[in-house]
Order: sequence, then C-alpha cells, then structure tokens
Amino acid sequence: MTALTLSNVNKSFGAVHVLKDINLEVEDGEFVVFVGPSGCGKSTLLRVIAGLEDVSSGEVRIGGEVVNTTPPSKRGIAMVFQSYALYPHLNVRKNMSLALKQERQSKEVIEQRVAEATRMLNLEDYLDRYPSELSGGQRQRVAIGRAIVRHPKLFLFDEPLSNLDAALRMNTRLEIANLHQQLKTSMIYVTHDQSEAMTLADKIVVLKAGRIEQVGSPMELYNNPANKFVAGFLGSPAMNFLPAGLVSEGDERTLGVRPEDLVLAGDGPLKVTVQHVEQLGGDTNVIARIDDHQITARLFGQHVVQAGTELSFGIADGKSFYFDKDGARLRA
Amino acid sequence: MHKARTNPFNTAAMHGALILYTLIALFPVFVILINSFKTRKAIFREPLALPSADSFSMVGYQTVMKQGDFFLYFQNSMIVTVASLFLVLLFGAMAAFALSEYRFKGNMLMGLYLALGIMIPIRIGTVAILEMMVASGLVNTLTALILVYTAQGLPLAVFILSEFMRQVSDDLKNAGRIDGLSEYTIFFRLVLPLVRPAMATVAVFNMIPIWNDLWFPLILAPSEETKTLTLGSQVFIGQFVTDWNAVLSALSMAILPVLILYVIFSRQLIRGITSGAVK
Ligand SMILES: Nc1ncnc2c1ncn2[C@@H]1O[C@H](COP(=O)(O)OP(=O)(O)OP(=O)(O)O)[C@@H](O)[C@H]1O
Ligand SMILES: [Mg+2]
Repeated sequence: MTALTLSNVNKSFGAVHVLKDINLEVEDGEFVVFVGPSGCGKSTLLRVIAGLEDVSSGEVRIGGEVVNTTPPSKRGIAMVFQSYALYPHLNVRKNMSLALKQERQSKEVIEQRVAEATRMLNLEDYLDRYPSELSGGQRQRVAIGRAIVRHPKLFLFDEPLSNLDAALRMNTRLEIANLHQQLKTSMIYVTHDQSEAMTLADKIVVLKAGRIEQVGSPMELYNNPANKFVAGFLGSPAMNFLPAGLVSEGDERTLGVRPEDLVLAGDGPLKVTVQHVEQLGGDTNVIARIDDHQITARLFGQHVVQAGTELSFGIADGKSFYFDKDGARLRA
Repeated sequence: MHKARTNPFNTAAMHGALILYTLIALFPVFVILINSFKTRKAIFREPLALPSADSFSMVGYQTVMKQGDFFLYFQNSMIVTVASLFLVLLFGAMAAFALSEYRFKGNMLMGLYLALGIMIPIRIGTVAILEMMVASGLVNTLTALILVYTAQGLPLAVFILSEFMRQVSDDLKNAGRIDGLSEYTIFFRLVLPLVRPAMATVAVFNMIPIWNDLWFPLILAPSEETKTLTLGSQVFIGQFVTDWNAVLSALSMAILPVLILYVIFSRQLIRGITSGAVK
C-alpha cells in the first residue's frame, strides 16, 4: 500500500508559484527525505501534505484516501517542527496527551501510549516538567514524543535537528533512525543538510525552485545523478565541475568529478597548483587551482603536501560525469 | 560596552535621574494626599506641610461620605472601566488575531479601516453619539458609556495586538491544528497567554483615560444613579466657592482603584512570556 500519493500538486501564494507539478509516491514504512536549497518549497510541500495549506491544484492521498479537504487533525499524520512548538502552559505529559484527549481516547489508552513514547525517548524523568525547564535536545524529544503517541500513518519532520548543536544532532539523528526501525511507519523528513539526507533516507527527493529534480535511493542519486544540480548537491566535499576541454582538447561539455575519484598520477591530465590542504586525519582534502577553476581532491590517509606544490591528478576509471551547458546529464 | 554598564558613576547617574523623575511625578499626588487630611485653613496657609496634630482633619472625607452617594459613583466608575476594558481586550484581540492569522480578501483594507480610529478623536462624533443614544434609549445608562469607551479603545488595541500576534510562532499554532484544537482554543489557550504583556499594555493605556473621563459621563449619563466618580467629584467645585477639602479627599480616594488595577496589569507586564515554547 502507498502511504502517500501526490499527483500534479501545485501551490501558489498569490502570484508566487511555489510548488510546480509535484508527483510523488511514498510507500508504507519508507523513510523519505526532502532536500533542497533554502526557499525551494520543502516546508511548503510538507505543510500541504499536513493540510496546513490548501493545494492550488492537484490531489493529495494519504493511505489511499483523498484528503484535499480533510483538516490536519483527521489526516492521520503527526508533525515535528523545527522550533519544537511545545505548548508552554502544559507540562511534558500533557503536551504529549493533548492530541489524544482531543480524539476522546480513553484514559487507559492515553496513559499506555504516553508511557510507551516516554520509554522509547527516555523521557521518564521529565514528565512533570514544563517546556521552559527542558534543554533543547529534551524539548525536541518531547516534540517527537507528541508525534509518536498519536500512532500516525505518516510522520512529518520539518528540519527537526537544525536548532541542536552538532553532537546532539548526531545523537538525535540516530534516535530518529532507531525510531523508524521500531515503528516501521512511513516518515517524511525535511532537511537542507545533505549528510542527514544520505544517512537517514530510504529515498531522497531533491527539490529545486519548487520542482522535483530527482527521486531515488541515496546511492542511486550519488552514483547516477540526473543532472548537474543533483550531482553538486549530494556529496561532501561537493563534486568538482570543470570544462571537459581541460582533459580532452576541444570538448565543449562540463566534466564532473567527485573529490574522491581524483587520483594522484604523475602523468595525469589535470595539472594543478595546490592552494590549501585540510588534514582530517583519515583523509586529506587538497584544494587546488587549475587555470581559473578550483578543484578539491580527497586523498585517503595522511599526505604531507605544501601549498604551492604542482601536482598531477588523473580520474578513476568510469567516474567521469558529463553535463551539457544547461546542466542536463549527458550519458556517453 | 559591558564596562560602561557596570561603571559605578553611570549607575549612580542613571539612578539619580530615575529617582528625580519619580519625585517629580509623585509630588502632585503627595501634595493631594497630605492636604486631604488637613483643615481648610492649613491647606492655604502651608500647602506643603505635613498634617500636624493641629491641622489634622478628616472633614473632607466626611463631606464626601455625606454628600451624594459616593460609593455608588465609585461602583459606577468601576463597572464602566472594567467592562470597557474587558470588551476592548476581548474584541481587540479577536480582531487582531483574525487580521494577523488569516489570509482573506480585504484583509489590508480592514486593518487600515480599524486603525483609522486612532487618528480621529471620538469626541468629534459626540453629537451623533448623543443622538444615537437618545434614539436607542440608552441615555443615562452605564451601557452607553461602556459602548462608547469600547469603541474608543478598540482601534489602538487592534493595532498593537495584531502587531504582537504576528510574532507568535506559526509552528505553535500549526501544532495545535494538527493536534485537533479548534481555532478558538488556539486563540484562547495558545495565543492569548503569549501576548499577555501586550494585553496589559493596552489595558493600562485605556484604563486611565476611561477612569478620568468627564466628557462622556457629563453628556451621556449625568443622572444621579449613573454618575461616575469624576463627574460626582465636580459637585465640590463651584464657580465661586470650591470645597477643597472635599475635592482633595475625593481625588485621593479616586486614585486607589486605578492604582490597584494598575498593579494587577503591570504584574502581567513584568511576568512576561512563558519562555520555552519555541527554541
Ligand atoms: N505564506 C506565504 N506567502 C507567500 N510566499 C510564501 C509563503 N510561504 C512561503 N512562501 C514562499 O515559498 C517559497 C518556499 O518556501 P519554503 O518555506 O517552503 O522554503 P523551504 O524550502 O522550506 O526553505 P528553508 O530551507 O529555508 O526552510 C519561498 O520562496 C517563500 O518565500
Ligand atoms: Mg523550511
């Protein structure tokens, strides 16, 4: 069964066309991540799915039913917001149970579901505290707990980790991944952090300016990007783009090479001048110039390279991508 | 920056200025209070002296208590002020929420129309208001005053509150919608508590002019049963003789209720927003 189907969804705010002809399917139990640059419409798409915004045209189906006119609370979804959005006047327990009370669930059901969520999220000690008495990470866990207790058909996360510091973000990311494994419910997760997308997703949806650029598993998108935008967006450090003429005389196309596919080779075609070296311990990132272009190479292990050194790089076999001048992928 | 703030000289200067201002602001109130406890002669001989065993007298308060139904006036003022404030806050907040939260045709125009009242003093319409009250039989009722004061207070209330409501996190309201709260619950339980300081500001701004107003009580409700405190105190001020003891005593007593209301509202102002909802 499909958890969510979007067909030809469009959304405009007055004259501003924000979502353009979105078609998407989310399977049961799938973890789908929306990525894209700021302002591309990720949050708007999520709000359309949640029912917080009406579509301008098109159809939204959740669990097979058309929900275009169903209010958010009846759609069988739960949402976690970037800013936590906990109710300031309620303690943790009441924050979590409010939605169930609105649904007129019995006391036993409410108690049992809150207990289950608190156990999953290790929130037992905080049930009687108010949101103002919690740390950022705890608040975000409460917000996730508030979503879990509803047993939704679909979870929606809008950049839930972006207010947390780096270490906490890692932990919470793992917690969300664990949660998905335990609950096996479909989840849609919005982020503009591509490493979050790569690590969490079963399926990544890359958005740009209100359009879907490509949909696929993280490795599909990484190994086989449909265009220059997707190729450049996923992967860190980002893919290098150079005129293909630098490698073979007279080639008009754009050449894309991932930093780890550049290999040191004495007779390599790319003669570069090293500008800067980043020693990361496990790898070494070499940032260098070739003509007016900057390229980044990622070498495994530790290398001692001085700025200003001249090096030659070759490209690993079959790891070159070619794009035309509009950014479309050219398959040789 | 930080050093300047903790510099003892600056601190002293700042406190000096504030204390000076407080003294200036409180001086008239102080003079009214001390003189209300003095004999008429003492008031004129030494207006700034504290009441002594000689000059102490409660005659002003006695006159006030005897003459007219002072407690009724008191009660009238209280009813008018509290009811008007309640209505201004309720309707002002509701209109502000609708204007700031919902996208609908004419939203902007509606906002401008409601704000127009800030620039046009309501007293310009006195004659029309009086005619309207006569036609609807509301002359000499407290309802007339409450309606007028509500109309007078609404424009500024809507203007200030909608500005504050725009700042209430969208995520919070949306979380409420997803949890199945009605728009009314979202308004009363989530949004209102967060704009409480703004509500208190609006209340304080509206309270004093309503309490002190002489104009509309005189025109719309001058009867004995509907007199407000300000209007009631006027009996002691004559064209030729003024009973200063009584006037000062009446004024002193009139300060009390506003003071109490003010303390209640300013608590709200200081308590501020319950933090931790968002971020
Ligand atoms: N209520 C609105 N009225 C008009 N335009 C809007 C409204 N909400 C969003 N937009 C516009 O829609 C576009 C997409 O916004 P959206 O919030 O979905 O971006 P996003 O992808 O979530 O970005 P970010 O990563 O910064 O959160 C933006 O250009 C924004 O200006
Ligand atoms: Mg967003």
